[in-house]
Amino acid sequence: MHIYLPIAEMSVNIFLILGMGGGVGFLSGLFGVGGGFLMTPLLIFIGVPAPVAVGTEANQIVASSVSGVIAHWRRGNVDFKMGGVLLAGGFVGSSLGVMLFKFLQTLGQIDLAIKLSYVVFLGIIGGLMFWESVRTMIRARTVGAQRGKLHQHNWLHGLPLKMRFRRSKLYISAILPFTIGAGVGVLSAIMGVGGGFIMVPAMIYLLGMPTTVVIGTSLFQIIFVTANVTFLQAVSTQTVDVLLAVLLLIGGVVGAQFGSKYSVFLKGEQLRGLLAIMVLAVCAKIAHDLVATPTDFFSIALLANQ
Amino acid sequence: MARILSISAFFVLIWITVFPLGARSQALIADLSSHHVAITTGFTGAEVLLFGAVDGAGDVVVIITGPPETVVVRQKQRIAGVWANAADIAFTGVPNFYAIASTRPLEEIATTDIRQLQQIGAENIKFKPARRNGLISNQEFAQFRKALIRNKAAEGLFMTKPASVTLMSNRLFSTRVNFPTNMATGTYTAVVYLFREGSSLQAFSTPILVEKVGFGAEVFKFAHRHSALYGIAAIIVAIFAGWLGSVIFRKV
Repeated sequence: MHIYLPIAEMSVNIFLILGMGGGVGFLSGLFGVGGGFLMTPLLIFIGVPAPVAVGTEANQIVASSVSGVIAHWRRGNVDFKMGGVLLAGGFVGSSLGVMLFKFLQTLGQIDLAIKLSYVVFLGIIGGLMFWESVRTMIRARTVGAQRGKLHQHNWLHGLPLKMRFRRSKLYISAILPFTIGAGVGVLSAIMGVGGGFIMVPAMIYLLGMPTTVVIGTSLFQIIFVTANVTFLQAVSTQTVDVLLAVLLLIGGVVGAQFGSKYSVFLKGEQLRGLLAIMVLAVCAKIAHDLVATPTDFFSIALLANQ
Repeated sequence: MARILSISAFFVLIWITVFPLGARSQALIADLSSHHVAITTGFTGAEVLLFGAVDGAGDVVVIITGPPETVVVRQKQRIAGVWANAADIAFTGVPNFYAIASTRPLEEIATTDIRQLQQIGAENIKFKPARRNGLISNQEFAQFRKALIRNKAAEGLFMTKPASVTLMSNRLFSTRVNFPTNMATGTYTAVVYLFREGSSLQAFSTPILVEKVGFGAEVFKFAHRHSALYGIAAIIVAIFAGWLGSVIFRKV
């Protein structure tokens, strides 16, 4: 059964889209990630124009994050104050990101920018995550592993504008989360991702937040950042396809429920190791596309209707 | 399809009986099975039958063109190991869609000069360069033109080899035009040429309106006319769907 997507202006098989939503939803439930970094490249792969894929995926992430944050909020695992500061940065970053997106689009370099950001960030995060999980698996076998401090103090703790974040048990400069929020916001606008895969490690390793509140807080601020991206993309590029987003999220919500049930069968480091392999695989595929000799050295793009 | 063919053939017959060709100066008449293509939510492409009559021997060439657009052609170059877009040329007056059908191969119908003049065949469409970026020689310019046609053909929007026009007893002709799902909306033009001894004797032109209808059309209009409201609506839909999902699966 085919359905015509009004904004993407193409006809797609409805079951393919539902299946993609379900598959990515399953993985995101399993690993506790948003899955935007998988869905956006997949959408581009099936022929959805890159700007539509990015704009629509932001819209879908709003839904999946709302769904996820409710569960974490019930357990009290959301640091709203920290979320608020990250969010302030996120608004600035994502607004800049949408402007940058439009600018790169006029230069004809948006596809390159999207792909390069994917390769760089997926490569770094996937590599680090893989290394960390392998190390944990090895250390788990050696008895009497040492437990480190809660977090280390360094020059970052000397910055002004210090704030107390009770739920995160932190007393740090607000500049730090603000900057992280802004950086992830830029990426979220350009890559069509929520940015959880960057935000979560940044919160743990750079801010030193306890892992229990990290996912809930990250989801909380992702809702607003992706909502901002959705709104700005809708206004400036008209690339948000609501019909596509709804189809994706139907599959996604169902898939995520099954995924989170299966996650209990695996250990934390095993899950992170598998996620790392998946992230690196996507990274390798995109890197290959950038380097491999194209079949046609020319490409065309619509500038305007006359 | 066979039914449409026989019905249209029937109409042509009536038409010819009512308006005998000899009585009028028209050597060529043609019409379409439909002047309106509606892109609905379930749209998977459309087929339109073009049929007509000629007053004796000759060659019929049918050309369907979509609304004009400005298209930028970009050339990829290896920069620091990765393939990036380098030089580009924007062309104006590029039809979104181009389909052609003829009774015989085009080379047998008219000379290259005539085909160029009449813009018959995808390679003879006159696109105008709107702007150039980078140093581009005339030879390279021709490459960009070819690349544009090749890419349009790859998208299924340009037909580079003509489809066939069936001509019955040098009088009735018909051809089918297939519209892909990725075509643009707007006014399309179907032009029918009658060629005799290498030159076009008469041309007949008729419009086809392609538009989105129904739910999809409303979504598109809303997204473009009230984009801020559309953005807010998209966010509300997403928040509601996310909340609904967590409520439904809470007890499972």
